Amino acid sequence: MNISPDSIIFWENGFFKLNATIVFTWVVMAVIFLISWLATRNIKVDTPISRWQNILETIVQAMRGQIEDIFQQNPDIYLPFLGTIFLFISISNLLDFIPGYSAPTGSLSTTTALAVCVFFAVPVFGIIKRGVGSYLKNYIEPSPMMLPFNIIGEFSRTLALAVRLFGNIMSGSMIVAILLSIAPLFVPVIMQAMGIMIGQIQAYIFAVLAAVYIASATRVHETEEKK
Amino acid sequence: MLDNISIIGAASVIISGLTIAIGSIAPAIGEGMALAKALGAIAQQPDEANTITRTLFVGLAMVESTAIYCFVIAIILIFANPFWNFVVQQAGG
Repeated sequence: MNISPDSIIFWENGFFKLNATIVFTWVVMAVIFLISWLATRNIKVDTPISRWQNILETIVQAMRGQIEDIFQQNPDIYLPFLGTIFLFISISNLLDFIPGYSAPTGSLSTTTALAVCVFFAVPVFGIIKRGVGSYLKNYIEPSPMMLPFNIIGEFSRTLALAVRLFGNIMSGSMIVAILLSIAPLFVPVIMQAMGIMIGQIQAYIFAVLAAVYIASATRVHETEEKK
Repeated sequence: MLDNISIIGAASVIISGLTIAIGSIAPAIGEGMALAKALGAIAQQPDEANTITRTLFVGLAMVESTAIYCFVIAIILIFANPFWNFVVQQAGG
């Protein structure tokens, strides 16, 4: 039994290995690209809009509203990053019901890459919003004693972000695989449906946690605002 | 007389069972308490349901991560045990 799609290798040439994680990441990217390209081919402002434009506008508007709720400020500069992360995880978990497909988020490499993106996005957005000095001052608040703990917290939450997504998706596919050998008739279908729901919840949680981390770095404290 | 392979195999299976069994107790209780409080809060202030639900999901994800760590360790012990691989390699080589 494979615990991650990393070990399924389609093609190998010397150092370079093409495993299932990479291939299915490309598949997800292609799906996202094709849908957005088809939907935005002829977008228009006046009322009879196409169904695809309608659904895409709904998704983007919903994400925008959620981010605005968390940040309490204009969400436009955060929307591309957080929205892309959410859509990628969501689509890659959603396609899990297709036979032969295994979600790239069920591999620790993919989730680590996503978590590292969040790890670097936090200081980038923090510095854009507050400037270098004000952002670095964040680490020695409320007192310089807290500096090591703040730095450890930065790393441990990145680890938690990666392992949480990986563990949830991997456990979903593993439960289905175990049930297939015990009760293969109908039971795995129910668990697979639950796996899709869990995948959507995990995509939401990953995006919201990334948003919360970025928001905590960009938020200017009330004491600073008064000065 | 037990050889190394039997000892490591038995220890891995028993410990992985114990890991997931003990490790899921505290997160389950914690998640139950958080959910109960959130439901109470939604019942009191239905207008704030959106904020409460979002905070609840984030909090549950935080609480759940300890259980997920236990699960990952149990899976590693069963499917990708480094000690097992080492001993099998020693025996084979």
